[in-house]
Amino acid sequence: MAHARLNLDGISKSFGATRALNAVSLEVAAGEVHALIGENGAGKSTLLKILSGAHAADAGTMELDGRPYRPGGPLDARRRGIAMIYQEVNLAPHLSVRENILLGSESSTLGWIDAGESRRRAAQALSGLGYGHFPLERAAGEFSIAEQQVIEIARALLLKPRVLIMDEPTSSLTKSDTEKLFEVIGRLRAQGVSIVYVSHFLEECRRICDRYTVLKDGETVGSGEMKAAGVDSLVALMTGRPVADLYPRISRQLGPAVLEVRSLERLPRLAATSFTLRQGEIFGLAGLIGAGRTDLMRSIFGLDRAHSGDVAVAGHAGGTSPRDRWDQGMGFLSENRKEEGLMTNQPVRDNITLTKLGAFGRLGWISRSRQSAAAGRWAAELAIKCRDTDQNAGELSGGNQQKVALARLLEHPARILLLDEPTRGIDVGSKAQIYDIIGRLAAAGKSVVVVSSYLPELLGLCDTIGVMRRGELVAVRPRAEWSEPELLRLAVGKD
Amino acid sequence: MRSSLRLMLGKAGPFIGLILVIALFAVPAETREYFLTYHNFKIILTQTVIVSIGALGMTLIIVSGAIDLSVGSTVALSGVVAALLVQRGWGAPATALAAIGVGGLVGLLNGAAVAGLRMPSFIITLGMLGIGRGMAKWLANNQTVDYDASPINGWMTTANPSGYGLPPGVWVAVALAVATSLLLRKSVFGRHVFALGSNEAAARLCGVRTIRLQVLVFALAGCFFGLSGLFQLSRLRLGDPTVAVGLELDIIAAVIIGGASLNGGSGTILGSVIGALIMSVLRNGSQQMGWPNYFQEIIIGLVIIVAVFLDRFRRGAKA
Repeated sequence: MAHARLNLDGISKSFGATRALNAVSLEVAAGEVHALIGENGAGKSTLLKILSGAHAADAGTMELDGRPYRPGGPLDARRRGIAMIYQEVNLAPHLSVRENILLGSESSTLGWIDAGESRRRAAQALSGLGYGHFPLERAAGEFSIAEQQVIEIARALLLKPRVLIMDEPTSSLTKSDTEKLFEVIGRLRAQGVSIVYVSHFLEECRRICDRYTVLKDGETVGSGEMKAAGVDSLVALMTGRPVADLYPRISRQLGPAVLEVRSLERLPRLAATSFTLRQGEIFGLAGLIGAGRTDLMRSIFGLDRAHSGDVAVAGHAGGTSPRDRWDQGMGFLSENRKEEGLMTNQPVRDNITLTKLGAFGRLGWISRSRQSAAAGRWAAELAIKCRDTDQNAGELSGGNQQKVALARLLEHPARILLLDEPTRGIDVGSKAQIYDIIGRLAAAGKSVVVVSSYLPELLGLCDTIGVMRRGELVAVRPRAEWSEPELLRLAVGKD
Repeated sequence: MRSSLRLMLGKAGPFIGLILVIALFAVPAETREYFLTYHNFKIILTQTVIVSIGALGMTLIIVSGAIDLSVGSTVALSGVVAALLVQRGWGAPATALAAIGVGGLVGLLNGAAVAGLRMPSFIITLGMLGIGRGMAKWLANNQTVDYDASPINGWMTTANPSGYGLPPGVWVAVALAVATSLLLRKSVFGRHVFALGSNEAAARLCGVRTIRLQVLVFALAGCFFGLSGLFQLSRLRLGDPTVAVGLELDIIAAVIIGGASLNGGSGTILGSVIGALIMSVLRNGSQQMGWPNYFQEIIIGLVIIVAVFLDRFRRGAKA
């Protein structure tokens, strides 16, 4: 029988007392796209690090094309034919496309770059991906994220890899860019390259992957043909519970209007937009990336100044700055945890309580113990995994960081919550917890606006869903009148 | 194990450094006799006043994620203004307030330009470094400003009759260090400064008025620099527009040795003050060992690099 391209058997790895991987196995055939799925903390990152040579396994065997594979380090792994594409793009933005592709393996004579040969090799790598028309001498930073990713893949291809590992490659791509990436993956598969594809987007995995392996708590809990598996069964494997329990079902009554947005405009990203949010309502905003959903939220919250129109918060008049919004009982959760959501090198405690520090003491002085007690209550209530609230927020996992960011709105407490992509990049377990929190908030009479690019989430969670397209809110209807294809149809603009 | 070692280094690192440099000069026979005397420590503490008061202000600025390169010029300017006022017959308290006010005004302008024009503090304060120095020379008519006598001259003297008490400058520095440390750790203002330096966008999202806060930080720090200028005047007993060139680098070094990060969001007052002391002890000890000036400069340069290297080890070599 032919050897598998990659065969991992009984791989174990511990860090101190923590067992990250326990007898994990993974088999990938030549030219196969293999989905590696699991919640955050399931052990995917550790396995990838072992594969790419950053860590050594404690036990188990690895074979590449039937021969023992034990990389001495990341460089050695690359030489032996295992390349990795990271979630974040790693290009030198000021260097040209050609220089980026050849970085580290330049064609040269006595230290002088051979321009002709360089161009030929770079162009060849790109045309293998269907991007032969790329201008080689433009600076890489001028391209879109998706195009930069293609440049990175081209760089990886220079070394003729046998296995390409892609870690969450679509997390920052739009729908159409994702399609282009899938074409690239298709070409690679046709060339016989094996791909280990890591993603939280299970529909995507189902579309492009041939087989899957699911990790949970550092163990392989399932693997098989993708065709035979449904999203629900994969989620059940990942979480260990059936999918029906994912979205909260708490009946509630909608109250009077608490937020009225009237002709809010910030051209060119946001055209005159109006909607009403009622007490106890969960209002979803669907649309493609760049459709203006985030711009709408930021203009409501005063982070961006609206050019015209206004926002009426029931029972409050006056200011429109973020400070005023918090004082009016509004809270905002940014889609961008690292850049805007959290102060990663500050304690969890300060991250949760920053909007109302003055309330933990008198005359501008803070009582540390009262502050810690408040933060500690939320850490316990939301099951935030941290040493204590003195730990820096940046040291927590993505899901726990998101819960810290959300706890800030709960502690404040906000009665109007603007949540921008509240479940992006976090594991299914944390997602379910966040859905549950949102459901309970609404049941308690708070109002929530949720922006999400994940349609099943909006359909599972919201009372009302609006679709945005090119800066306009094109339709607002009760959830019962929406279906996934209908949301998508309006979002992409086929009226 | 490694993490508890790191934690210990983090809490006690600058302290250990200070003890090491004191030991360095307390052991050799040449210096042992004089170095560990009370009188010598009085001199060291007095020599640290100007840098350490400046380091208080600089810690605020660096924690907020900014930098101030115009401190030396601010010190010279406020010293010259104070000397001119004494010449005109102003009393010591009014002159002191004026010197602090001049520093605060320069800081206010720095902060307003940084926050209002959304320009890097490095650039703005580099500009102010020239402007402040030029203003000082202009006001002083490009020469030193002499005056007859003033109580100000007694604030930094180590030769007071009783022989034991510390000069007022040292007590002012100690009191301000305690107050500023409390302000940074325990007040809403202080925690907002950390938030601003850690992540400005997140601070704004959380309702921190970031522009106002940045201006306030520079203005308050400027008051500290003005006070440093006053003590500089007290030490020289005349207003010198060319004094304190490069002082900002000593002050930044003290803050960095004390464990603050130039990326903002971390730093302590205690660390910065110890950083300033480490440099003073090194200077004082080297002089007594009879080491030439250039040797001191090399040692202090190495200390800065080693201190930051150890600090990065403590943080798990992330950055």
